[in-house]
Amino acid sequence: MADPMKIRAQVAGDKATVRVLMAHEMETGQRKDAAGKTIPAWHIQDVTAQHNGKTVMTAQWGPAVAKNPFMQFNVKGAKAGDKITISWVDNKGDKRTDEATVA
Amino acid sequence: MKRTWVVCALLVPLAAWAQPKPAPVVVPEYYRLLEDGNPAELFEAKGEALWTQKRGPKSASLEACDLGKGPGVVKGAWVEMPRYFADTKRVQDLESRLLTCMEVLQGFNAAEIAKTPFGRGEQVSIEALAAWISAASRGEKLALPQGHAEERRVYELGKRAFYYRAGPYDFSCASCHGEPGKRIRMQDLPELAKNPGDAVGFASWPAYRVSSGELWTMQRRLNDCFRQQRFPFPGYASDVTVALGVFMGVNAQGAVSSAPAIKR
Repeated sequence: MADPMKIRAQVAGDKATVRVLMAHEMETGQRKDAAGKTIPAWHIQDVTAQHNGKTVMTAQWGPAVAKNPFMQFNVKGAKAGDKITISWVDNKGDKRTDEATVA
Repeated sequence: MKRTWVVCALLVPLAAWAQPKPAPVVVPEYYRLLEDGNPAELFEAKGEALWTQKRGPKSASLEACDLGKGPGVVKGAWVEMPRYFADTKRVQDLESRLLTCMEVLQGFNAAEIAKTPFGRGEQVSIEALAAWISAASRGEKLALPQGHAEERRVYELGKRAFYYRAGPYDFSCASCHGEPGKRIRMQDLPELAKNPGDAVGFASWPAYRVSSGELWTMQRRLNDCFRQQRFPFPGYASDVTVALGVFMGVNAQGAVSSAPAIKR
């Protein structure tokens, strides 16, 4: 299973700033290994962010996103104590969900 | 004539504004922007879990590992390494000490791990552990002990290695790191024969390399320095690498550690 994400969510005025670090290889499918064989693409495809169980953001990602990606966004109206849940699914079907509390 | 003057007056401030900022301004700005999402944190989390996890042939954790401040004490250990350890009768850096702990406590074969290429097998565990252990001393000042005669001897050894010129280009560490204001492409090179300041040089490794997506420990950084000098690769956690660590660390005494930092 994939390594856990690092999620920080902090109130800033009437919104919360969420910062997420994901552990993923994000292989493009363009690179070749030492033997000259193409390394198959392996990257996160879908990202979902939920605020207290309600989906507030979805994203479709491709091979252009960096290894161990960093994502930042704001959630309007989020207060301290609220739950922020981030999920991703990669092109091999592997998935990961982590949760953080807004501080 | 009068019209020309008006045009000039308008153009001058515009030109000054449009001028790109010089590299010494832009590069640190870029690092500051990256700092907010330093993926080294992912390695720290992994290292923290590895420290308490029962692993290896002896199925033991590393919690009894003495990093110089007593068994299991992690906070503040990084800024006092490399140092002399009475049990091994050697000056050891973090990584050679981790090899000792992994062999004695967990039953791993240290020589085998030392031969493993970076980023593979148990080297991956050491990278994560180094990230977590150095993070526990983030913001603290380098304070390498020099009380033991062996520590002072190894410092002198490191000094010799630092100025030792060899290889097809007659390089030494000092060729690049012996005077201020040197750089390779966009990277400013720290002057390592004296204190280069807070969070630079020895006080900024291990670090996450954005360009390769890898966490580089001090051993890996030194290994690459040897490569750039066209020297034969040094043995992992070998005496010369530890000695260079002592030399850089003692020179930078008092500098604030930012490890694990983020680099290009």
